Amino acid sequence: MDDLALVVDGATKRFYSGSWKGWPIPGLAPRNGKAKMVTAVDQVSFSVRRNEIFGVLGANGSGKSTLIRLIATLLIPDQGRISVFGLDVTREEMRVKRLINRVSVDAAFFKKLSPMENLMYAARLYDMDARSARKQAVEILNRLGIMAESIYSPLENMSRGMQQKVAIARAFLTAPILLLLDEPTTGLDPRSRRDVQEFILDLRRSHDATIVLTTHDMEEADRLCDRIAIIDNGRVVALDTPQGLKALVARGNGRDPTLEDVFMDLTGKSLQEEGEREG
Amino acid sequence: MTTLGHELRVSYAFVERNFNLVKRYWGWEVVWLVYSVVNALSITYIGAAMERISGARVDTSYLVLFLMVGTLVWHYLAVVFDSVSSMISWERWEGTIEYTFMAPVKRLTQMLGTCVFSIVYGMLHTAVILIVVAFFFKIDLSQANLLGGVLVLLAGSLSFIGMGVMASVLPLLFTERGAQMTNVIQAVLLLISGVYYPIQALPDWLHPVARLSPATYVLEGMRQSLLHNADLASLWGFVLPLVLSGLLAIPLGMAVFDWGERYAKRTGKLKRSG
Repeated sequence: MDDLALVVDGATKRFYSGSWKGWPIPGLAPRNGKAKMVTAVDQVSFSVRRNEIFGVLGANGSGKSTLIRLIATLLIPDQGRISVFGLDVTREEMRVKRLINRVSVDAAFFKKLSPMENLMYAARLYDMDARSARKQAVEILNRLGIMAESIYSPLENMSRGMQQKVAIARAFLTAPILLLLDEPTTGLDPRSRRDVQEFILDLRRSHDATIVLTTHDMEEADRLCDRIAIIDNGRVVALDTPQGLKALVARGNGRDPTLEDVFMDLTGKSLQEEGEREG
Repeated sequence: MTTLGHELRVSYAFVERNFNLVKRYWGWEVVWLVYSVVNALSITYIGAAMERISGARVDTSYLVLFLMVGTLVWHYLAVVFDSVSSMISWERWEGTIEYTFMAPVKRLTQMLGTCVFSIVYGMLHTAVILIVVAFFFKIDLSQANLLGGVLVLLAGSLSFIGMGVMASVLPLLFTERGAQMTNVIQAVLLLISGVYYPIQALPDWLHPVARLSPATYVLEGMRQSLLHNADLASLWGFVLPLVLSGLLAIPLGMAVFDWGERYAKRTGKLKRSG
């Protein structure tokens, strides 16, 4: 199999909203002053090696989630090409889907169902053997600190942090070789965040997985990522190892620069700044 | 064969998930069942009361059976249509649509699982209503061709599945109002298909429209088999159009859905939770 897990080559995604006689028609190309076009991902190119943990850092609305959706086959790029282990995400969609999984910032579940019911739904979608999937699900959930009594109760009774852990367990259960983590630790307490980070490192070690991680957490990016792309207004403004990125910025006040210094220096904004480009 | 086995196994994911949801939303299911039973009783009582309403002599037992068949058949068809057409709006509401669409599952497989669930769920639901209604009315089905009735119902399910698949694209295209639009389709079918009255009661200009509705053939076929003990040969005139329209509606529905999915992926509509 190809040594490059992911190749993003000039990917561009624009969203249009237009109107006809005052009625909003999302998806319509702009024809007048009232219509709006947003370029969420703008000529983005990078590649990720097999077994690498690749970070994508950006403020809210910078295009991170759109980029993840393009890789995850949930959006069709307007321009450019994205391939996963040599398979084009648009033309060979089904084969790509078998190789990937994604954890989004909002834990998307059937909230009335239990973690086990949700995980079994995932296992069946990926045609896993039900008996071994059930066993694995319990192991993974226990490992992420979810106790037996919670496994069979509705997810709506769990905290957001716990729900996010179940989302991560669900992704791990299907053993993807490319895992897309879209701010997976947002909203987790420090202990849970640490559990998830350890699990990510372990997944890379034990399952030969490649991981693309978007995050707001500088410490997390520094700790987990082999390389990081900084994205701003849909464009990659820098891409290097954490050390390489820090070397781009001069020492200030007698201390070594942090990734936050790098981000501020390159984009002129903080990571918490709100954007308008994506939800 | 292996591929078929794989698709059947994967389609079971939707059957199991939907029955798990029924189990977890049991309170809502009870409310819906009670409503459906009361609705069926209310409509059937119109037949029972017709002599008192009109003051004229009426074959009450025939009228009760006529309305009961209409109520139950429509309930079954509406449940099938609803289960299939709300496949997308339900996932939007739960926020799981992106997860399901990202899984390596053919849309045909997803539809298959959803349809199997909808037919089984519809049959169970309708059977419960029939049992309760039978307590209230003296129903004589000794002369009915039950096998013929089941055949007509299953043939009619095909068309309703196809229409449900087509309607399910609406919540994909119109995130806020798509689900309500599917209700409009149901309402029009209810009006024109002769659920509670023969289609001849409609204005003349609506007759050709009524003949385009598969529900018209299901209801006429069911009444012929249950009220007039029509044999299988004479039911053929209802079964054949239903099978043909089903064979047309299902691939057409899949094509429409495929187009809708591509549109949603081009415009970013999967993301919105509506």
